[in-house]
Amino acid sequence: MNQVGVETKTEMVTVFIMGQAYQVPAGLTILKALEYAGFRLTRGVGCRGGFCGACATVYRLPGDYRLYADLACQTTVKDGMYLALLPSTPAERKRYDLKRVKPSGETLLALYPELARCVACNTCTKACPQKLEVMDAVQAALRGDIAKVAELTFDCLSCGLCTLRCPAEIPHYHVWQLARRLYGAYLAPKAEHLRRRVAEMEAGKFRAELDRLMGLSKEELKELYKAREIEPE
Amino acid sequence: MSVYPEYMQESIRRVEETRPARLGTNYPRLPLAEQEELLRRYHPDYKPEGKRPLRVGASFGELVPHEVADLLEAYPLVDPTRIDLSQVDYDVDVLVIGGGGAGTVAAIWAHYAGIPADRILIVTKLRHGDSNSIMAQGGIQAATKPHDSPAIHFLDVMGGGHFTNDPKLVRALVEDAPFIIRWHEELGVMYDKEPDGTMLTIHGGGTSKKRMHSCKDYTGLEIMRVLRDEARNLGIPVLEFHPAVELLTDEHGQVAGAVVWSLETEEYKVVRAKATVLATGGWGRLHIQGFPTTNHYGATADGLVLAYRVGAKLRDLDAVQYHPTGAAFPEQIVGLLITEKVRGLGAQPVNALGELFVHPLEPRDVESAAFIRECLPPEKGGRGLGVVTPTGMMGVWLDTPMVDMLHGKGTFQRALSSVYRMYIRFGIDPTKEPILVYPTLHYQNGGVVIDEWGWTGIPGLYAAGEVEGGVHGKNRLMGNSLLDYNVFGRRAGMAAAAWAKTARVGRLTLRHVERFVEELRRAGIPESRRAPLLLPDYRGQKTLARVIDLL
Ligand SMILES: Cc1cc2nc3c(=O)[nH]c(=O)nc-3n(C[C@H](O)[C@H](O)[C@H](O)COP(=O)(O)OP(=O)(O)OC[C@H]3O[C@@H](n4cnc5c(N)ncnc54)[C@H](O)[C@@H]3O)c2cc1C
Ligand code: SF4
Ligand code: SF4
Ligand code: FES
Repeated sequence: MNQVGVETKTEMVTVFIMGQAYQVPAGLTILKALEYAGFRLTRGVGCRGGFCGACATVYRLPGDYRLYADLACQTTVKDGMYLALLPSTPAERKRYDLKRVKPSGETLLALYPELARCVACNTCTKACPQKLEVMDAVQAALRGDIAKVAELTFDCLSCGLCTLRCPAEIPHYHVWQLARRLYGAYLAPKAEHLRRRVAEMEAGKFRAELDRLMGLSKEELKELYKAREIEPE
Repeated sequence: MSVYPEYMQESIRRVEETRPARLGTNYPRLPLAEQEELLRRYHPDYKPEGKRPLRVGASFGELVPHEVADLLEAYPLVDPTRIDLSQVDYDVDVLVIGGGGAGTVAAIWAHYAGIPADRILIVTKLRHGDSNSIMAQGGIQAATKPHDSPAIHFLDVMGGGHFTNDPKLVRALVEDAPFIIRWHEELGVMYDKEPDGTMLTIHGGGTSKKRMHSCKDYTGLEIMRVLRDEARNLGIPVLEFHPAVELLTDEHGQVAGAVVWSLETEEYKVVRAKATVLATGGWGRLHIQGFPTTNHYGATADGLVLAYRVGAKLRDLDAVQYHPTGAAFPEQIVGLLITEKVRGLGAQPVNALGELFVHPLEPRDVESAAFIRECLPPEKGGRGLGVVTPTGMMGVWLDTPMVDMLHGKGTFQRALSSVYRMYIRFGIDPTKEPILVYPTLHYQNGGVVIDEWGWTGIPGLYAAGEVEGGVHGKNRLMGNSLLDYNVFGRRAGMAAAAWAKTARVGRLTLRHVERFVEELRRAGIPESRRAPLLLPDYRGQKTLARVIDLL
């Protein structure tokens, strides 16, 4: 099947998994390298596709003092990498009642007063595997600009890496979740067509038409299906 | 510098050459007869050797893929006679198995329906939210626009499923849809909107009206995390890393909870419940016919196994959904989903010569079949016009730079940020170069038979989401499964709550498992087969793409 034909010999690299050296093929993601090395994972893996944030990993490279943070399922191994997969991030989430809170900076600060401890060091931004402007979001939160927080943190995966690195000990992703819901529920413009459609449904507007469709044979449905008018793209 | 090897870049140049002529035009949609012909000849599901009839259980004789039959015709993980059921660890009104979308919605609505939060329990395999639900990118369907209607939505769903769906379930799906989107809006889900609040909606494969609502291309993540946040606010307890390994019944055959297994401390626990909602999602990690998958790590069809042992019927499990656009290059992301929204926004599939060969938005199975025909070598009946990667994967081009050309610079990065991010991480800029795609195992079309309230027909047992069948018949359209888990999660949660209010649970037993084991023995099934699978085992394997032969 392989028309290009050549099964090239795989180049191997050495990675240090929690201190222990393993030989793994170059080009694997950290997640697959762990499995290749024989780990059967329960913690540290969820979606395997960069969506769930379960696979937060920290690592260092030879001759480089920096501590890097990234997602194991979205990062390729490098030779000499020292890595540890983080099983979870301890960070307290505050309970709230969405119906009772106001979409304001005070709400964020009342639930997460540690926001005010931010020293603007930008460590969170550097740690973020999604490359979000995390520090800017903290500053927006402090200004009470909920819409900005929601926009800046929309792609957050709650991986917890910013939170683990922050000297001010802010549980960022819990704040982001709160801000986004405040934005979505209170600040975003409401969908008028949706309100109208729900009212129509409640008034039973489409019931008769659906009753009729339910009574049709497969063949009759097929005819209707073929005759559908397709909305232009 | 491009990460594509030179021979692939040469093919990309052809794609670029034909692009100006393709902009603004499209391949015509295929008439039904031609669609059927394509499916018959090229869709992996139409290969008879991929399936076999079940030899035991309530759906005896039904065809299912071998990988699924191996699990349904398997012995329990734990010997039922060795579990001490006299010691109940959790005693609740409603047990929800699976902490993905359907499970979370069911738990919330069981609570809204009057069950106190501490009388509900969600048990789940990984963390709360680690699921297929969190991975959805494209969107969720609902007829919320004035020129659209639930009746038109109904027709699209039925046609997409080739009229094999259960019409009662389809009706529930389309009738509840606008309400669900409204509920999400109230919970604070950030749907994409115009400045005046009008929700942005686009086409999806098989839709006749633009009714795909999205939250950028993190639709699944945004909905799932808001639902999870709400469940946490309500104080609904969750037991993480505790997959269910068996359902429990009482002496009257009513389902009465489950045995769960701690992945961390490796002990079992007994959960007694008056009503149980099965919301364990799909089967992608079974890698049916060797295909890579888009699914999360825990998508191993456990719910089917559990339900089958208590006598639930299954349907449409012969129909496997392959998503036409899984990543085929580079190696690190093989199998991962490239959302249909990329095609929704105008990117066209083209072959190695840069030719457009199918409409970008045919129903998924038809689109997949067309890709496979394009790639298969002529001696296997194909056209041999795919691109083969250095690791032996094949694929066709998805002409992603078209998105910005059609909708303005910056559109791709804004509307498809997760796809953009994924490729940029591996050195490909999809706004400049096309990406290579091939079908990947995506969705479990069928599942446990339910009625319009999620009831399985077995007293005390409800099912919702990807684990159940009938809503989509033999082929689901994109955007209808996020809707499915919301509609039927809600209905199952409410029905479970209503049942729990009057139900009485007798003595806990695993008699149904013992009976099932006897049936397996009579059928001569080898004792070595065990299920549920819980997690796939990738230890010591090279990346999947290296070891499988897709043909
Ligand atoms: C990559 C991707 C993209 C998608 N895009 C779209 C889209 O754009 N639009 C759309 O409508 N649909 C889409 N889908 C499909 C859709 O996301 C799913 O069908 C739907 O979310 C399923 O919801 P669910 O709650 O039934 O299952 P899941 O969300 O998968 O949840 C099931 C949960 O049960 C847990 N579980 C499994 N076994 C057990 C057990 N034995 N005990 C306890 N817990 C268990 C799992 O770990 C998981 O948490 C997509 C799917 C994928 C994978
Ligand atoms: S903002 Fe923090 S929690 Fe969110 S993705 Fe970035 S590092 Fe992870
Ligand atoms: S790491 Fe913490 S202190 Fe530093 S900028 Fe980010 S939020 Fe502020
Ligand atoms: S496993 Fe989900 S983001 Fe890596």
